[in-house]
Order: sequence, then structure tokens, then C-alpha cells
Amino acid sequence: MSEKILMKGNEALGEAAIIAGCRFYFGYPITPQNEVPAYMSRRLPRVGGTFLQAESELAAINMVYGASAAGARVMTSSSSPGISLKQEGLSYIAGAELPCVVVNIMRGGPGLGNIAGSQGDYFQSTRGGGNGDYRQLVLTPATVQEMADLTLLAFDLADEYRIAVLILGDGYLGQISEALTLPKPTGKVFEKPWALTGAKGRKPNKVASLRLVPETSLEELNLVLNEKYKKISAKECRSESYLTEDAEYLLVAYGTSSRICREAVNELREEGIKAGLFRLITAWPFPAEALQIASAKAKKILTVEMSLGQMIEDVKLSVKDPERVDFYGRSGGMLPETDEIKRRIKAYGN
Amino acid sequence: MHEEIIVAGFGGQGVIMAGKLLCVAAMNEDKYVSHIPSYGAEMRGGTANCSVVISDKEISSPTVPKPSIAIVMNTPSLVKFEPRVKSGGLLIYNSSLIDQKPKRTDITTVGIKANDISEAEGSVRAANMAVIGKLQALKPEIASLDSVIKALDVVISARNRKHNDTNIKVLKKANL
Repeated sequence: MSEKILMKGNEALGEAAIIAGCRFYFGYPITPQNEVPAYMSRRLPRVGGTFLQAESELAAINMVYGASAAGARVMTSSSSPGISLKQEGLSYIAGAELPCVVVNIMRGGPGLGNIAGSQGDYFQSTRGGGNGDYRQLVLTPATVQEMADLTLLAFDLADEYRIAVLILGDGYLGQISEALTLPKPTGKVFEKPWALTGAKGRKPNKVASLRLVPETSLEELNLVLNEKYKKISAKECRSESYLTEDAEYLLVAYGTSSRICREAVNELREEGIKAGLFRLITAWPFPAEALQIASAKAKKILTVEMSLGQMIEDVKLSVKDPERVDFYGRSGGMLPETDEIKRRIKAYGN
Repeated sequence: MHEEIIVAGFGGQGVIMAGKLLCVAAMNEDKYVSHIPSYGAEMRGGTANCSVVISDKEISSPTVPKPSIAIVMNTPSLVKFEPRVKSGGLLIYNSSLIDQKPKRTDITTVGIKANDISEAEGSVRAANMAVIGKLQALKPEIASLDSVIKALDVVISARNRKHNDTNIKVLKKANL
């Protein structure tokens, strides 16, 4: 067994990016994700990489665009209001089909909100916060170990599909220290014949998101993107079903709120109540088929979020008999409580 | 075993480090651990604290609204956290700096002259070791003293490891 170390979520993510071969990081400070740039600023120069604190979030995401266009593995990170500022760049990146990893360590909103952990950016992450017909992959870690493991996966998925992969964590996951076994490189290699690497001996490549002529060229791109999104939806749904096979009461959650749900499930099971947890690992694509299976025997489906109800829309779209779906959430940086989840589940039985 | 612990004090008293020391020691005994610093607006005004959970089971929430154990290094931290300790819980307070006595009678309260013990070993900066040494003596199921001492080499930065002899002396002195 590999050695366990105690590591903070934000730093585990940074180290995993370096293990994944990320050699460029651009960002602008904001709590509660600051340990990501702080870590990258220490580590990247030692592995021959480039860390640059940009003058703004907008500048940082466009530096990501540039490094990615040149074929590099590149990452940026921020927290909710800063991610809002990056949306223009993310839309351009989608249009130019550039691979990159973007990290959102969510905090309470709207606006500057506060600096505590939140899950208020689900809509922004899964519905496209920028303009145009596009999607981005969204991974939702729930532990420090997953902050690292999903970062390696994020870089591979980004390169495989030439797409932005968003790692959607929250302030608690960023700040928590837990046991971590450092992941090993996946060893996957991706050719990037489209990259701007100098055109000597070949036709020049072009990376752009503007397509004016001919007038059908943008729709052609949209259709290509659509095929890609369909392929991702078919192949890349990820989730965890915990004690769901016989579950009469199903909790659905992701990230930090899923940890609290898992405890509630364990305690309910000890009392003989058949509860289970369905946990998202990808928020887009949404693992609808797996949720249908997990919810097959459920009398009630309780969606638990650190928001006032966003993922619940995808849950309702996915399950049969959506009138079974109920909601419990806390917002503004507050956490759902195990006892309240248990109280609600027990109330369904009466 | 499941303990939810708050370590609180002034910035600079090493409370974040003390919490990490407990985590690494318990982690190396294959327990589940989590550590989260207070990083919000509550840090303004000079108190720093961290929430530590050490358990035989997977940890759900890393926050500790009602600690089973509170370790307080200064008076503002006593005032803030004494009322939050779970009934039947444990409060360890630094009686070198805290003049007042805890008021609760439904919890165990233990005063330790952390600064004095540390200074007697040549440095006031190891006061955090004194409270951890005391905690280990009272709650040995969290981690053995040996694991705590071994964890020093992980938690203390290379630059400060030369002080570990002092740290170990203070840990042992308070471990009664």
C-alpha cells in the first residue's frame, strides 16, 4: 500500500495536476481556493513549469486559451464570483475546442456572497455560464482523495474530447485536510495535431471561435460539438450507488453534502430503515440511467444540496414518477444536517 | 471512537499545527481524520481555531459546531467555545494565560499551565505541545504518545525541526 499523507483538498488538487503533467497555471486570488495558486506557485517552477498570477480572472482564462492552443496541459482555478468572470473565456474555449481544466471551489452567493462552502453554482456549471450552444464536463469530488484522483481524470478527459473540464468542489472540500494516497500518472498520451506548434513542413493550424464565412460554417461546428456532447453523454457518466439496491428512501447528493447523506444513510440503516445514497461524480453528463436504476424501488427521493434547489431539476428530469422527488437544502455557506435528513426520511414513513 | 475537537487560541500559538499533529498521529494508526481551519470572517479579531474529527468511521461533515473536546489557549477562546462543548465532554484550558475558571459543571475541565511548562524547557513557543501532551494522557484512544512524537517529523517544517527536542520534552512533561 502506498503511504498516506495528510493533505489539504486545494493542495491535493494542485499536486495531482502536476502529476497529470500540467505545467501551466494562470489564476487570480480568491478565498477559499487560494491554496491552489499558492501551491502551484511553489511547485511549478521546480518542475520546469510556469505559474503566473494574472491581472484578472478574465486575463487568466484567456492565458489558459493560449497555452491550450499551443498544446500544453493547463489549469486555472477560482471561486464562484471569479468563475463568473471566466465565463466569456470558457465559451470561447468551447468554440475553439480547446482542452483545459478549470476548478471552481464554490462559495456562497449570489454576488460576492461570503467565503464559506456552497453548491450554488450547479446551474452555472451544468447549463453553460457563457453564451452559445455548448457544454462542459463537470466532475464533483467528495473527498480529498477524489480532489486528487478526479484531477488526473479531468486532464485526460479534456485532452480526449478537446473540452473544458470543470472540477466543481466547494469551500469545505478546498479547506479540509484528510488522508491522501498520491495518485500515479495515468500514462495516457494524447496527440494534438491541431495545436499551434509552428507550421514548418505542414499546413498552418487555426484555432478560433469566430466563424463568419461561409454562413453555414458555424452550424457545422455546432453539429460537430453536438456529436461530441452526445458521445460524452453516452460514455462518461459517473456516479456511486451506495446501498441503493433495496432502498425505499433514496438520497441524491454530490460533494460535501453527499458525505452528510452517507452518514444519514448509515444511521438510518442501523435503525432498520432502508435508505440509500446516489452520489454524482459527473454533474454533466448527468448520470440519469444509473439514477433510474438506483431509484427503482424508492418510495421517496430526497435531493440534498448546499443550495435552495438546483440539481433537483436534473433529478426530476431523470427519474420515473418525479412526484417522488423532494428537497432539503441549506444555503449561504451553511451545511445540511444529518439529523434533519433523518427526521425527514422518518416522516415519509408515517 | 469518535471525537470532534476544537483547538483555539491566538494566531501564532500553533493551534492549527496542534490539530494537524493529532490528525497525522491518528491517521498513522489507521483512523479516519479530518482537519479544517477557521478561515472566515471569524478569524478577524485575533483568534484562530481548527476543527478536527478523529473517528473509527468515515467522516461526514468536517465542521464541529458542538465539540466533544475543546482545547483553548487564551481567554477569548474560552469564552467562545466553553458554551459549545457537548455535555459530558472535555475542556482543556491554558491556565498560564487564562485567569478565569470555566463555569460548566456538566463537562470535565482541566487547566494546564502550558506556557509555563513550555518556558521551563527553554521556549514559550511549544505551549501547543503541552496541551496536546495533556490531551493524549486524558484520551489515549485518539493516538499513542509514540504516534504523536513520530508525527512531529511530518507536521513540523524542515526549517523548524531542530526544535523537536524541545517539543518532545514539553509533550512528555505535560503527559500526566
